[in-house]
Amino acid sequence: MAGSTILPTLGIIDQLPLLTIAVPLVAGPLCVLFGNKHIAWVLAFVASLISFLFSAHMLLQVLDGDVLSYHLGGWAPPLGIEYRVDAANAFVLFLISGISTVILPYARKSVEHEIKKVSHTLFYCCYLLCFTGLLGVVVTGDAFNVFVFLEISSLSTYVLIAMGAERDRRALTSAYDYLILGTIGATFFVIGIGFLYIATGTLNMADLAVRLAGMEGNRTVQAGFAFIVVGMGLKAAIYPLHLWLPSAYTYASSVVTVFLAATATKAAIYVLLRFMFSVFQPEFVFETHILTFIIMPLAILAMFAASLIAAFQTDLKRLLAYSSVAQVGYMILGIGLATKISLSATIIHLFNHGITKAVLFMVVGAFVMQKGSSFAKNLNGLGKQMPWTCAAFVIGGLSLIGVPGTAGFISKWLLIDAALEEDLWWLALLIVMSSLLAVVYVWKIVEVLYMKQPEEGSVIGEVSISMLIPMWILTIACIYFGLNTELTLTSANVAADGLLGGGAQ
Amino acid sequence: MMIDPFPPAFIFFIGAGLLLCMPKGNLRALIGIIVPIITALVIWELPNGIGSELEFAGLALEMMRVDKLSVIFGLVFCLAAFLGNLYAWHVKDTIQQVAALGYAGSAIGAVFAGDFITLFIYWEGTAIASVFLIWARRTEGAFYTGMRYLVIQIASGVILLAGVVLLYRETGSITFEKMELGTLATWLIFLSFGIKCAFPLLHNWLQDSYPAATITGTVILSAFTTKLAVYALARGFPGTELLIYIGAVMTVFPVFLAEIENDLRRVLAYSLNNQLGFMVVGVGIGTEMSLNGTASHAFAHILYKALLFMSVGAVLFRTGTSKASELGGLYRTMPLTAIFCLVGAASISAFPLFSGFVTKSLILDASAENHYMIVWGMLVFASAGVLSHSGIKIPFFTFFAHDSGKRPAEAPTHMLWAMGITAALCILVGVFPEPLYALLPYKVDYHAYTTYHVVGQLQLLLFALLAFVFLMRTGIHPPEVRAINLDTDVLYRRFLPTLITRLGNIISGVWMLGTWFAKGKADKFVKTLHNSHGPEGRMARVWPTGAMVLWIAIILSATLIVNFI
Repeated sequence: MAGSTILPTLGIIDQLPLLTIAVPLVAGPLCVLFGNKHIAWVLAFVASLISFLFSAHMLLQVLDGDVLSYHLGGWAPPLGIEYRVDAANAFVLFLISGISTVILPYARKSVEHEIKKVSHTLFYCCYLLCFTGLLGVVVTGDAFNVFVFLEISSLSTYVLIAMGAERDRRALTSAYDYLILGTIGATFFVIGIGFLYIATGTLNMADLAVRLAGMEGNRTVQAGFAFIVVGMGLKAAIYPLHLWLPSAYTYASSVVTVFLAATATKAAIYVLLRFMFSVFQPEFVFETHILTFIIMPLAILAMFAASLIAAFQTDLKRLLAYSSVAQVGYMILGIGLATKISLSATIIHLFNHGITKAVLFMVVGAFVMQKGSSFAKNLNGLGKQMPWTCAAFVIGGLSLIGVPGTAGFISKWLLIDAALEEDLWWLALLIVMSSLLAVVYVWKIVEVLYMKQPEEGSVIGEVSISMLIPMWILTIACIYFGLNTELTLTSANVAADGLLGGGAQ
Repeated sequence: MMIDPFPPAFIFFIGAGLLLCMPKGNLRALIGIIVPIITALVIWELPNGIGSELEFAGLALEMMRVDKLSVIFGLVFCLAAFLGNLYAWHVKDTIQQVAALGYAGSAIGAVFAGDFITLFIYWEGTAIASVFLIWARRTEGAFYTGMRYLVIQIASGVILLAGVVLLYRETGSITFEKMELGTLATWLIFLSFGIKCAFPLLHNWLQDSYPAATITGTVILSAFTTKLAVYALARGFPGTELLIYIGAVMTVFPVFLAEIENDLRRVLAYSLNNQLGFMVVGVGIGTEMSLNGTASHAFAHILYKALLFMSVGAVLFRTGTSKASELGGLYRTMPLTAIFCLVGAASISAFPLFSGFVTKSLILDASAENHYMIVWGMLVFASAGVLSHSGIKIPFFTFFAHDSGKRPAEAPTHMLWAMGITAALCILVGVFPEPLYALLPYKVDYHAYTTYHVVGQLQLLLFALLAFVFLMRTGIHPPEVRAINLDTDVLYRRFLPTLITRLGNIISGVWMLGTWFAKGKADKFVKTLHNSHGPEGRMARVWPTGAMVLWIAIILSATLIVNFI
């Protein structure tokens, strides 16, 4: 095709959508080839940093509503694979690569502590592959390509979780559970895409959108939609499809938990957004039904049921995992409302919750490192012994609750705004009430850290500075994005506009 | 962004930060008393108007709205912080010192807030900072009390936020100004203020928590939270008739409960409630005179209530108890404390020449002038009640009555100074009310010392005293009843005691039953939740893989069914 003639004229800037993925993809195997854990770490960090810079650059390019379209191998869509970057996915790319770049310096010590020496290079390799997969899921504009990258990230995630077996053998069973469920989810997703392909004969998302426009009554399309929603819903841990998540987060090693909690479910939610609003149209009657009768009730259920479970948990990791399920509920709620503000709320919550949860899980990682446990009963009085770590937990916790001045407030405020705009004040009330449950479980931990007396004779110091700095970068981000909302709000608004505008143009 | 004028609340926060950097000792205590002085000077110099505007998430915040109403509350909060911290000079506990500054700073920030978002932030700030004064006692009981307190205070903030959001949707404005009750938004805001102001049936957090705080913590607590709520009501709902009746009930019902209470700090907590009632009535009437009355009564009240809490606190500090039944005869060894306590008692009972007299009569007269005769009657009755439980019961059972045999040392010097200054201020305000009147939101043309006022008040007070003495001499009345006789109405003296005792018993009985019922239900509910959602519950259990897959099937079929219908 004409591709080979176009390619040389492209500068490096035009190659960014590809390079963002390609750099970590190449760096992953290189880690294993070098076989040295220090080099592996450097490779991982540099690759992640490059991806981050590229993502940031792309985000700035698309903030005014532009769309970057990259044709893989010069093959024009709809036949060839297209990487399509607009504000929605650029923002998510920015989040994923940013979190990864901050996590890696933290990871160094934590991985050394929690994962056996021989596996370090493998760990960084899997980490990079997982990172690549998540970025790929987000960047691509090709439905089948989503599946491919999803599998890349999933398979490496299973390995990453299983590596937690060093600390707790139960990591193996939870990785196995996730393997089964994740595979089912991915299969459902690919079945859904298959249905769409049967009905339309295309796999390019933008093209799908055009061709689906008149096929509202088509049963195949409807079934395809159901399969995609359930499949992705499983990856996004929509209640009650979350059952894999708590164990996976609890028994994985700390770094893996931080990374997955901050990015993996977010990528899945992005895919949901993309399919529900760009590929399919929210005006489709069957989609409206699903949004009202399935998505919304499940979202509200998640907000309460998962928060309640979290409130009773004694293991801090599991507590935060359930809180993640509850927070996914808020994001899904935004999808369910399907207005411009509510989508902005979902997108901004995706971002804000990502950094918030990263802080909290990093703190837990620090506890695990110094104290060897994440159970509340073992953390008594740590506020005095690990002042910086515990302070980060308090700020992260406030952001999780949604206290004004923190990032979490902005997203909840938008969500409440969206609910009120639709005159659903009872829903706004439910959002506020469920936030109170967050107060309960965050408080429970703050009480343990600050109010209880430490055990006799326990001498615990602060974690090393290389772990504190990443933790505090994100902690400050929690506050910064709570006060200065320019970047996040603009991105989310442009993204919501782009999504609702549909891929049809 | 424009931080001009500099918000005085920040001085407190900077002070709190500075305090943390200091070594423990007198230097810290010094910061605690210097900060309020500097802040008071800053507030004094503030130009009227709106300033410190800030842009936040697309909303324009006005951090500083300066007018006479906010200035008088700001000043008295500084004064209270100064006195409270002086009283707490001996405290070496970092948490308490920081909390006291943060708490006072939040309260001051809130009274200058020109918009609801700023108000909300400081509103929650007072809640969070103050709870540490309760926890600082570091007992199991204090911890749970603090928890209950915090839940209620935070709930008040959340309700406020909900109301503000609704209001914003309705009017598109977040400016904190006069509102009319009617929409859900304003009712929510009203309710939130009401919780902080301890409206009847929303009041129990106050009696629950204040006596549970540390000795010095109670003194500080008594000044801010509820008066902030009074300020908020005066700003947001002046002239709301409903408030008159709420206030009137507030003045009356704690009288019964205070009479039967043995813990003197609890008695003071009840009488705090009763005094708030006067201010709420003043807000409800909403005329210039009554609003002046509210502001000045808040001013005077903060002083004498602090003084009473200080003196009882000093006794508690020395003897380890504040139970009426265990005290008595302390005037022998704590004469100065006793005198200061008497000054506080005279002020709260509104004796002429003491502060309560010149402020309370503004509200009483306003209610009479506007023809709320029943309300006026209730207020007069409540005034007599105040005399009985705060004016007589507190000093009498502590310092006089039967000799408990305790011979504690006089209160520490710094406490004496704090009490002495407060007592002097109580008398000064009572004798020379003009400077206080000059601070009030509206121009004052009022003379407290007319023959009518003085004689009327003295009649009330002297008859009450007479009755008290008579009953003490005859010695036939059990303590609960003794108080009733202070209702000076001689005609009713025969049967009112029994009636009121019965009434008191009924009220407390219903209340006990209600709390028992609610507590039982709540416990049961939490237990059920724990069974289902707790770590071992069916919701939180690790499911077998097959069961997880089952859920997928269920959701998929549900989705398909919805799709195809």
